Amino acid sequence: MKIGAPKEVLADEARVAITPESAGHLQKLGYDVIVEAGAGEKAGFLDSAYADAGVEVVSGADQLWKVADIVAKVRPPTEEEVARLEHGKTLISFFYPASNETLMGLAKDKGANVIAMDMVPRISRAQKMDALSSMANIAGYRAVIEAGNNFGRFFTGQVTAAGKVPPAKVLVVGAGVAGLAAIGTSTSLGAITYAFDVRPEVAEQIESMGAEFVFLEFEDSELPDGAATGGYAPPSSPEFQAKQLEKFRELAPDMDIVITTALIPNRPAPVLWTKDMVEAMKPGSVIVDLAAERGGNCELTVKDEKIVTDNGVTIVGYTDFPSRMATQSSTLYGNNIRHMMADLTPEKDGQVVHNMEDDVIRGATITHGGEITFPPPPPKVQAIAAQKKEKPKELTPEEKRAQEVAAFKAETKFQVSLLAVGGVLLLLAGLYTPASFMQHFIVFTLACFVGFQVIWGVAHSLHTPLMAVTNAISSIIILGALLQIGSGSMLVVILAAASVFMAGINIFGGFLVTRRMLAMFQKS
Amino acid sequence: MELGFTNAAYVVAGVLFILSLGGLSSQESAKRAIWYGIVGMAIAVLATLVGPGAGLWPVSIILIGLGGAIGYVLATRVQMTQMPELVAAMHSLVGLAAVFVGINAHVEIGRVAAAFAEAGVPFPRAYDETPEVAAAAAAVVEQFRGFGSVVAKKIPVEITILQIELFLGVFIGAVTFTGSVIAYGKLAGKVNTAAKKLPGGHALNAGAALLSLVMLFVYIGSGSTLALVVMTLAALFIGYHLIMGIGGADMPVVVSMLNSYSGWAAAAIGFSLGNDLLITVGALVGSSGAILSYIMCKAMNRSFVSVILGGFGGPAGEQMAVEGEQVAIDADGVATALNEADSVIIVPGYGMAVAQAQSAVADLTKKLRAKGKEVRFAIHPVAGRLPGHMNVLLAEAKVPYDIVLEMDEINDDFPDTDVVIVIGSNDIVNPAAQDDPNSPIAGMPVLEVWKAKQVFVSKRGQGTGYSGIENPLFFKDNTRMFYGDAKASLDTLLPKIE
Repeated sequence: MKIGAPKEVLADEARVAITPESAGHLQKLGYDVIVEAGAGEKAGFLDSAYADAGVEVVSGADQLWKVADIVAKVRPPTEEEVARLEHGKTLISFFYPASNETLMGLAKDKGANVIAMDMVPRISRAQKMDALSSMANIAGYRAVIEAGNNFGRFFTGQVTAAGKVPPAKVLVVGAGVAGLAAIGTSTSLGAITYAFDVRPEVAEQIESMGAEFVFLEFEDSELPDGAATGGYAPPSSPEFQAKQLEKFRELAPDMDIVITTALIPNRPAPVLWTKDMVEAMKPGSVIVDLAAERGGNCELTVKDEKIVTDNGVTIVGYTDFPSRMATQSSTLYGNNIRHMMADLTPEKDGQVVHNMEDDVIRGATITHGGEITFPPPPPKVQAIAAQKKEKPKELTPEEKRAQEVAAFKAETKFQVSLLAVGGVLLLLAGLYTPASFMQHFIVFTLACFVGFQVIWGVAHSLHTPLMAVTNAISSIIILGALLQIGSGSMLVVILAAASVFMAGINIFGGFLVTRRMLAMFQKS
Repeated sequence: MELGFTNAAYVVAGVLFILSLGGLSSQESAKRAIWYGIVGMAIAVLATLVGPGAGLWPVSIILIGLGGAIGYVLATRVQMTQMPELVAAMHSLVGLAAVFVGINAHVEIGRVAAAFAEAGVPFPRAYDETPEVAAAAAAVVEQFRGFGSVVAKKIPVEITILQIELFLGVFIGAVTFTGSVIAYGKLAGKVNTAAKKLPGGHALNAGAALLSLVMLFVYIGSGSTLALVVMTLAALFIGYHLIMGIGGADMPVVVSMLNSYSGWAAAAIGFSLGNDLLITVGALVGSSGAILSYIMCKAMNRSFVSVILGGFGGPAGEQMAVEGEQVAIDADGVATALNEADSVIIVPGYGMAVAQAQSAVADLTKKLRAKGKEVRFAIHPVAGRLPGHMNVLLAEAKVPYDIVLEMDEINDDFPDTDVVIVIGSNDIVNPAAQDDPNSPIAGMPVLEVWKAKQVFVSKRGQGTGYSGIENPLFFKDNTRMFYGDAKASLDTLLPKIE
């Protein structure tokens, strides 16, 4: 089958769905790859590069849509594009089906199968095709770069001959994929980075990236559980929101750069950075609002524009961060697409098997076989492990001490009773057995104790030599055989002789192999 | 020579044996300590040969020499991967020797009794013999040498105790013998390593043990040879059936248990012969094996009884579902990660021994260390088929022992490690032991490899480990599966490390 990528029709869209690199992988899956001439130009992939990778370059979108059985795109298709679909063809692209229902209906009427990359379920198996995450990662990175571009100072603090420069202070609101990418970029540029998220369980991730978690005093039970909503933060209670805003208001005058990334699925973005906070900020500060597409987290954000407020705060409301880094984002998106194709092509024979039993494929498919299959049923596996509710109780030093004392007492009790019982049994045995037996028994008991003490000291790494050497010395049984071999009975002589022989094997074999092993242990 | 001299020699030998075991506390002192053991054994054997009671010493020396030659050939030819088999085979010899010596003791009692009956003197001897009887008895005793003369001096209680002792010695020896033969077969791959039981299972073992107990009372009452033979057969069966029912990966426990048994058998025989050196050494070896078994069981978080009874206990509830997928990687990917890593920990398991990959592992180690990377090995106590098996294999491949660490020493270092390579181990790196309270191996101490930045698992295929449970480690985000035979995989990897 043929898979093709047309040139994106939206004017500012620079990304492309298939790169020369991903084309190579697709060819390995058995597909013929085609691209529209000039499709990768804005992303830095020339037609010649495609041709070198064995990709057929066709001129004109008409031609491409006609020839390709599978069309891979970035942006949701326009009506014109959907009209080009035919029965049995497959379209893979971002689609946002919840807000594009008419378009979805059109595709259904055409009988085409549509896979929406934004609907890939967020389970760990599907991470490699999770285009939202890979794009969010780029957006997070770019947000910091964009902020730096509009910020008049260094990120990192420096002490130079000309004077001391304080480090920039960055606040990242929302520690999702984009937020974490922003934190990582900002800390590696040297800024002091703070981060906030309503899900307390991400505190660890935030701290692992080198940022400081902005802690909100709140009862555990009132906090939302992110696991129930596929990893997104759910809407929070009014009290919580009030507390949150109060905290931001306190931070606002100190922050040089604020990057907001808070989104709630299928809702407008929550307003977290109000007008008065912007006014409280220092002139020259920068706000980058990654939620601008959904109305913005900042009250003053203007979608797709950069504005400067009266008090000199720059607010960046671009919505096309991934497209601004088209080479990088095309590479990652191309990989997402080829991973999706790998799952759709289990036999690697260039034939699509649209397995609707597969959680990932089912979740991402929005029209199939002339029917709308959106919304999908909930995936069988939970995206994120349910939060562990019960934590082991921290013990106070006193409790620990008490536990230790109790354990010590129990041990003493056990040892004393063991000794007492053992002693009584021994004394009883002594009453009924002859002295000659007890004499040997004393030797036996003491030898057991010596054995236990000595063997505990043996290094674990020498356990095999230990076994070999105990093997050799347990052949001491040869003494018994030697004492019997002189007997008058033929049977006894034969059995004793056999024992001497076997013990001989053991003595020499055991000691020699132990020596051989020990000689191998060398220090570096 | 006098008995006093022999006993003095025994004391010296006993002390030397204790020192030779104690010396195993470190690699360097062990090299000296082994000589203590050899000298101790030489002193003990020589003292017995020249001491009272020994006879036919030219024959003895020839037999020892012959046995020694075979032992020499075995010891020099054996591959280090075959150590578990060799150890098991040697246990079986000790067990069989104990059976023979025990039966001999029985025969001697019969001969002494017959001689006394012929002379018309009562046997066993009374507490209060008249001088005439004593003189007649002394004449009979004169006929016997060695062990026989000891038996001939015994009073009734002593004879009973002697019978119990030799009975026990034969029983333990017989169990050790067949048990070790089966363990040898399983370790050498000559017997199916899967746990197998005859219909009836452990009831058969219990029945055989009960039969042996009954035979003990019959034997004490009558001194019947038949009772001894029946018990011997029952014990041989127990040894066979018990070990057949235990799977391959539990062999570390089995081999150390048999090691312990061979010691107790020697001690029991020592009691019946009245030989303190045998008792001392038997007790040393017995406790050594017991401690090893205990350490192994502790490392699997299982009780000794559950290992011996075989099989894993059923899960306590539903196990956590494993999600995600196993992501494969090729040699290039592993090489890139290793070239970039600063610290590497290698976790070997039985699979490394099976694939004979230890020298490839050693080459890899050498290459990485030459580049200034920190390479260490993490050894789980039950890795391999014998306690300390991995250490010996790595030592053979010339991996310095000071970078080979125990679980407790290295477990805290995994979070700071760049790359962990798991070679042929499975259950000992299974995070379910910590995370899933319903897992059959819940609570078993494991190597926390998943805390490292990246984990590569060299494994033949997607199968489960010995316990038959899925390993969530293979599904983790930071784990990559390096499929293929361990040796072949490493050989393709080696040239790519630069």
